[in-house]
Amino acid sequence: MADHVIHGNYVDFYDEKGPHKGILAWILTTDHKRIGLMYLIALTTFFCIGATIGVLMRLEMLTQGRTIMGPQTYNSLFTLHGLIMIFLFVIPGIPAVFGNFFLPIMLGAKDVAFPRLNLLSWWLYITGGVFAVLSLFLAGGPIDTGWTFYVPYSLRTGTDVSWMILAAFILGFSSILTGLNFITTIHRLRAPGMGWFRMPLFAWSLYATAWIQLIATPIVGITLALVAIERLFGVGLFDPALGGDPILYQHMFWIYSHPAVYIMILPAMGVVSEIIPTFAHRTIFGYKAVAISSLAIAFVGYFVWGHHMFSSGMSDTSRWIFSLFTFLVAIPSAVKVFNWTATLYKGSIDLQAPLLFVLAFIFVFSIGGLTGLVLGALATDIHLTDTYFVVAHFHFVVFGGTGFIFFAALHYWFPKMFGKLYNDNVAKVAVSLITLGFLMLYFTFFILGYEGMPRRYYDYLPQYHGLHVFATVGSWVMISGFIVMFINLFKAFKSGKRAGMNPWGGMTLEWTVPSPPPLENFEEIPVITHGPYDYHAQEEAKEKQEEFNHSAEDEK
Amino acid sequence: MGAKIGMWLFLLTELLLFGGMFLIYGAYRYMNNEDFHAAGQGMNTIIGAFNTVILLTSSLTVAMSITALQKGNKRLSITLLGFTIFFAVWFLINKYFEWSHEIRNGIYPKSPELLNRSQGEILFFGLYYVMTGIHGIHVIIGIVILSFMVSFIARDKVTPADYSKLENSGLYWHLVDIIWIFLFPLFYLLR
Repeated sequence: MADHVIHGNYVDFYDEKGPHKGILAWILTTDHKRIGLMYLIALTTFFCIGATIGVLMRLEMLTQGRTIMGPQTYNSLFTLHGLIMIFLFVIPGIPAVFGNFFLPIMLGAKDVAFPRLNLLSWWLYITGGVFAVLSLFLAGGPIDTGWTFYVPYSLRTGTDVSWMILAAFILGFSSILTGLNFITTIHRLRAPGMGWFRMPLFAWSLYATAWIQLIATPIVGITLALVAIERLFGVGLFDPALGGDPILYQHMFWIYSHPAVYIMILPAMGVVSEIIPTFAHRTIFGYKAVAISSLAIAFVGYFVWGHHMFSSGMSDTSRWIFSLFTFLVAIPSAVKVFNWTATLYKGSIDLQAPLLFVLAFIFVFSIGGLTGLVLGALATDIHLTDTYFVVAHFHFVVFGGTGFIFFAALHYWFPKMFGKLYNDNVAKVAVSLITLGFLMLYFTFFILGYEGMPRRYYDYLPQYHGLHVFATVGSWVMISGFIVMFINLFKAFKSGKRAGMNPWGGMTLEWTVPSPPPLENFEEIPVITHGPYDYHAQEEAKEKQEEFNHSAEDEK
Repeated sequence: MGAKIGMWLFLLTELLLFGGMFLIYGAYRYMNNEDFHAAGQGMNTIIGAFNTVILLTSSLTVAMSITALQKGNKRLSITLLGFTIFFAVWFLINKYFEWSHEIRNGIYPKSPELLNRSQGEILFFGLYYVMTGIHGIHVIIGIVILSFMVSFIARDKVTPADYSKLENSGLYWHLVDIIWIFLFPLFYLLR
């Protein structure tokens, strides 16, 4: 995009002296880059906690009967694993960290539209996270309802559901404010010349995501609040004993929580659309189709919640309508996958770690998507519902989708965020270990589920033992991959080689500013003259320049 | 202005929050139509209508306050905001009498009197307390916000040149008003 020259000594945003010192310079900052980094620290911490819980659950399932914990602990752990991973990691995930850090830079803006609101979002996120952790120590012990808080059990359990709901409510508020901020930023702060169809695709995906955050979150907020009100005052809106309808709760819950699945995956797709053109050195194939498919996924995503309830008691008509709509989501998703592969086709591919993550993503996400069709079809769903097949499907989509791409994005933008380079070979080893472990762990779940192993069960029949052992070993492989990855990144952060402005040859605006960027990103707001990923135009410009040089030489 | 877009988007989320409750109301009314009908008979339409008038008037005064500030009349603007706050408090006082009347009659969540009634009536009053309660919380938040605006105008932090804060507060107050306009028929008139 626009060329940018660095003048003399710039001060990066780490060294910039603000009104506060020490830790206050961070937790009171309104700089979107610092806020993004604070999210990064918080999110990776929660990710590590959630992953540890996951490994403990896997250890429990290593043998039949009691291995390392009792059934009540197991119930609490799968609830916590779900709550932490969903509400504290994958939902805020990419928008909160990379959206905050890069959206303004990609748009050519100095900051988001409401910097102070942005800080408030972070504070709300931390408060929600702290409340969630606090609820572990309250009377009744860690909650054991599963992350969906299904009534009537969530009304009757002795564990303190209300606290956890309060935490989720606060996190929802944080999410709404981030969405609101991003929509306004995209509408108002694009650099001169940046029309809608000159926006990077990551910005497009954040735009679609922000609308879902804004429209879907209030509904789950009020639904969860009603559960809390019911527990506190006994109002009885969802309590079947008082005339309430538990199925209505499920509807209300999934009206949000299904679109939330797209809050998780759309930003990841946006990141993929950034990484692929950069490492294939080609203009993305079908830019407009990729951009609009984000909106299409967000839109259709609102009409599919019922597929979570095929076996909970709905009319046949609503079941097949929801099934049909569920199939429709596959179309825009496939548009993206085909466009990505088409971009890679005949590109000059530079197989670095971020692209390896993306290739692993396309592989596992396609499996996740296709098994989604298996679950979206009524007959097969009745067989597979509430089995490990479902667990496998959503781990392929959510972890293989958002999780993989979160780390892809971290590797892609690491040089820009920290100004350092990591060891690429070690990173490649990490990707391979993670992918291998992932497939050993979760692909086994497909087979287990198909054979009838129910989800959330503490114990199992002898015939499942072999597969459970295999899956547990897979979890160790995957975790060792994560350890390698974190050590590699940490070493790079400590003593990596200095990264230049544009180590990968990216074309979007963030690669035109120094690494790490200065406080307000740009010395001068850039003027945008052509679309992102315009490798074609770049080639032409280079050729013309060379021709000009030749003719100049000839004249001499 | 960015601030105004932001406010409208926020109001959208508020509408959806209440929208969730309207949805639940609609579903339960559909399932228990006759019980809802019967429960609605007991509501005091007069006091409900009176509160509607109060809120509508308060929306008028907040709008006038914005215009007054735009025209540079600081004192009138503050006075009109004072009226708005006064109406808001009055609304809450009426609500207090209404609620305590119901509670004296033994109608409140988990009360033996209510548990004896049909499930539809339990749901009706459950929704009544929850929806008017959450609306009441919004009224209280509105009073706090408008009080801040009074002090901001007095200390020239909101001025005739830069009044977007006051405008956004006014938008919020209109929303509180509009939501009541939907709550009123659902609980008082539909019977």
